[in-house]
Amino acid sequence: MEQQRSLSGSSQSPRSPSSQPYLSVSVTDPVKLGNGVQAYISYRVITKTNFPEYQGPEKIVIRRYSDFIWLRDRLFEKYKGIFIPPLPEKSAVEKFRFSAEFIEMRRQALDIFVNRIASHNLLQQSEDLRTFLQADEETMERLRSHETGIFKKKPADLMQMFKDVQSKVSDVVLGKEKPVEESNPEYEKLKQYVFELENHLAEAQKHAYRLVKRHRELGQSLSDFGKAAKLLGACEGQVLGKAFSDLGAKSEALSAKLQKEAHQLLMSFEEPLKDYVRAVQSIKATIGERANAFRQQCELAETMKLKEINLDKLMLTRSDRVGEAEHEYKELKAASEEATRRFETIVQLMNEEIVRFQEQKTQDMGIAFHEFAKGQARLANSVADAWRSLLPKLEACSSV
Amino acid sequence: MMGSENPGFEESHLSASREEMENLVLNDPLTTTTATTTNNSYSSFRSANSSISDAATRHPLSPPVLSTPAESDPLLSPPVFRNPNASDNNSYIEPPSYADVIFSPFDDNSANEINRVDSTSHDLDSSLTLSRSSSSTSDYIKITVSNPKKEQETTNSLVPGGNTYYTYLITTRTNIVDFGSSEFSVRRRFRDVVTLSDRLAESYRGYFIPPRPDKNVVESQVMQKQEFVEQRRVALEKYLRRLVEHPVIRQSDELKVFLQVEGRLTLSMSTDVASRMLDGAVKLPKQLFGESTAVMAPHEVVQPAKGGRDLLRLFKELRQSVANDWGGSKPPVVEEDKVFLEKKEWIHDLEQQISNNSQQAESLVKAQQDMGETMGELGLAFIKLTKFENEEAMYNSQRVRAADMKCLATAAVKASRFYRELNAQTVKHLDTLHEYLGLMLAVHGAFSDRSSALLTVQTLLSELSTLHARAEKLEAASSKIFGGDKSRIHKIEELKETIRVTEDAKNVAIREYERIKENNKCELERLDKERRVDFLNMLKGFVVNQVGYAEKISDVWAKVAEETSGYAKDSC
Repeated sequence: MEQQRSLSGSSQSPRSPSSQPYLSVSVTDPVKLGNGVQAYISYRVITKTNFPEYQGPEKIVIRRYSDFIWLRDRLFEKYKGIFIPPLPEKSAVEKFRFSAEFIEMRRQALDIFVNRIASHNLLQQSEDLRTFLQADEETMERLRSHETGIFKKKPADLMQMFKDVQSKVSDVVLGKEKPVEESNPEYEKLKQYVFELENHLAEAQKHAYRLVKRHRELGQSLSDFGKAAKLLGACEGQVLGKAFSDLGAKSEALSAKLQKEAHQLLMSFEEPLKDYVRAVQSIKATIGERANAFRQQCELAETMKLKEINLDKLMLTRSDRVGEAEHEYKELKAASEEATRRFETIVQLMNEEIVRFQEQKTQDMGIAFHEFAKGQARLANSVADAWRSLLPKLEACSSV
Repeated sequence: MMGSENPGFEESHLSASREEMENLVLNDPLTTTTATTTNNSYSSFRSANSSISDAATRHPLSPPVLSTPAESDPLLSPPVFRNPNASDNNSYIEPPSYADVIFSPFDDNSANEINRVDSTSHDLDSSLTLSRSSSSTSDYIKITVSNPKKEQETTNSLVPGGNTYYTYLITTRTNIVDFGSSEFSVRRRFRDVVTLSDRLAESYRGYFIPPRPDKNVVESQVMQKQEFVEQRRVALEKYLRRLVEHPVIRQSDELKVFLQVEGRLTLSMSTDVASRMLDGAVKLPKQLFGESTAVMAPHEVVQPAKGGRDLLRLFKELRQSVANDWGGSKPPVVEEDKVFLEKKEWIHDLEQQISNNSQQAESLVKAQQDMGETMGELGLAFIKLTKFENEEAMYNSQRVRAADMKCLATAAVKASRFYRELNAQTVKHLDTLHEYLGLMLAVHGAFSDRSSALLTVQTLLSELSTLHARAEKLEAASSKIFGGDKSRIHKIEELKETIRVTEDAKNVAIREYERIKENNKCELERLDKERRVDFLNMLKGFVVNQVGYAEKISDVWAKVAEETSGYAKDSC
């Protein structure tokens, strides 16, 4: 049960003495539940913490994949500007869904997901996180089914105004013009960077996945080669036959090592790369949110100006609608300020997040590269040792 | 010819640009490495073979090969980070590493060798591998086939513009006195090779004669002319070299003439099967009507009926073989040698196993190659990422990551090259399996020489008993007539003459059969001895190769693991 907390790069140390605040989570024990099409995997989520907001020092709950999705969606809505840690994908192929490897990969990814949230200084305060980590299964199920993908908020008046404004303004003011965008060159550069990064990473991940496959294939061919050599050895007999048999045996042994390494490669190298890609996609979602926030801010500011002009007009004509218009104007002003505030929060958060993201990724990749190199060196050593052990015997054969 | 890429693999363009990128990576002053010039990825076992000689001839286009003395190559120096589990360090024989001593990377060989790399590494190997025979060090004969030229057929030109064909320059270097000179060349066309092969088959029945290259009629239409000619050149060289390796055939007159005497090759008998069949067809009516002796002349008996002129003999032997298979009575003489029969079955099994291994070896080679390719592609993807991060860097963490990526990428590209070199060598070693499959054909040929000789004996014996029976009947009939039956007596005398000739033929046939049996026996012993040596060498070569490259690859990654070991300490 490897705790992946350290990947987050936060300053919190999980094993620190109890005086230091800590929140550590582990996702373990995948168990298949249900039958047929309804079948799913449930996980045990163990929380250890000394946060005062939590019910106790330890809590164990049972959660399934869609619960994690609920959590992510809630955080995404509430913490705009923060790069929400990514979740592993929903499985594509039915057959693969319950393979041991897939389950393990998913479990690992879920564990990393929760721990990243738990070690993020803002996200860890989330009430939804507390719910996720502590609520009983019935509550969780209720909450989960209430979400139908699109987050449903109870429209507050401000919110309603936002929505109304959006349609009105976009028709009148913006018309057919393209949506308003920030004219921030540095931000432009960042967006460009993020989009290109995703492409590069996707390619690297593709090759990493292929490399896993190649390991498996080489393992298979070594196994077949070994079998064939053994058969030839049996046919040849005597000294030469023994040499072939030994070779065949070694070849088969190496085949097993290759399969093992393939698995390691998948978990410790390919998955982190995939995770990197997902993280970039999460950033893209945040970029989308920022664009929305910016547009709302602009639209409200425009609308507010219009309303101001209108109000001035009404005041000049001493219309009896002035009071109403004044009230509307005040509301709009508040909404506009709120939108501006939201946008600026997102900008500020993103600036911090980007720094943290880069640092975290350097750490993550560093570890991944290290594991990769270690694995390859270990494999090559096994190969060298195995074949080398044959040499004395082969020498002996020749001198017979 | 020079510099032509191996047409066997499909992604020549891809590998060309990938090659450039790899060279950029490896020649970067920040990465310490030696420049290697391998640029071949081999798409298959067999095309790999021809491309080995290709690689050797392409040197005008590639940068000069840097030899890699052990001390200057950082990869071969004692590694800093070592897997603590590895008890003994690099070597089986202490430093310099066994692998460095025994083999050198592919390219070093290509610098020394004009054509096949095989011979050079054979020299390299010979000190540590077994040699085939005790006298191999004193006798020396080396054949090279080169310089294909297009020539025009001057005679028998029905088609205006004429028939063209290719000739090849066959150069022999030898210190064997029988040849009269130490170096000589002839120009030969493929047709001559067919002739040589046919003549050898006639003269050396019972021997394991290496099979000649195929005529490849269909393929020659499909392939590019250049490819085909090159493939044929390689095949011819292999064939001739195998011929001179055979201790008996290397002394043959036919071979000597082939190698030394310029001009159209006409060796003793007639040439093709067609004209033989025509001759036979002419003879048959005479034979049937009793106008020529319906008898096998002794000198003809030493050749198999099939492919010969004598159709009647063909029919007789065919009848005999049917009688053997389907007839109730046992043929007059049978293959009795139990040892031989067991051996024959065992050879059959051996052939199966060799064929199976050859197939699996091909798969292994493909898997190794794929591994190398994908590793290289991964490396290049990370190189691109490195460049990207460096260009766009806004934070120091990006630069650090870019540096880590570059470290990984460089290692991946190096490892990729090692895999490809490993593979080239693997192909060479495991090619022995393929060679022996070809040899199995020769064994089949020798065994069928034996059975056709036996069939001839059986046929003659049957013939004799028939003739004797007929003679007895005639004598019995004629003795009943007082004073003798002039016509019958005449017939009896003729018959007795025929019997006498047939007796002689039978004796010759039996002698021939015994001779072939003896040849078979010797050849089987030779096969056993040589196969043991060849296979052991193959295994050793294969294993040494694997060890050597695994060590190199391990060193490459160990370095990266060490350089990234800082991250390991952070994680729990």
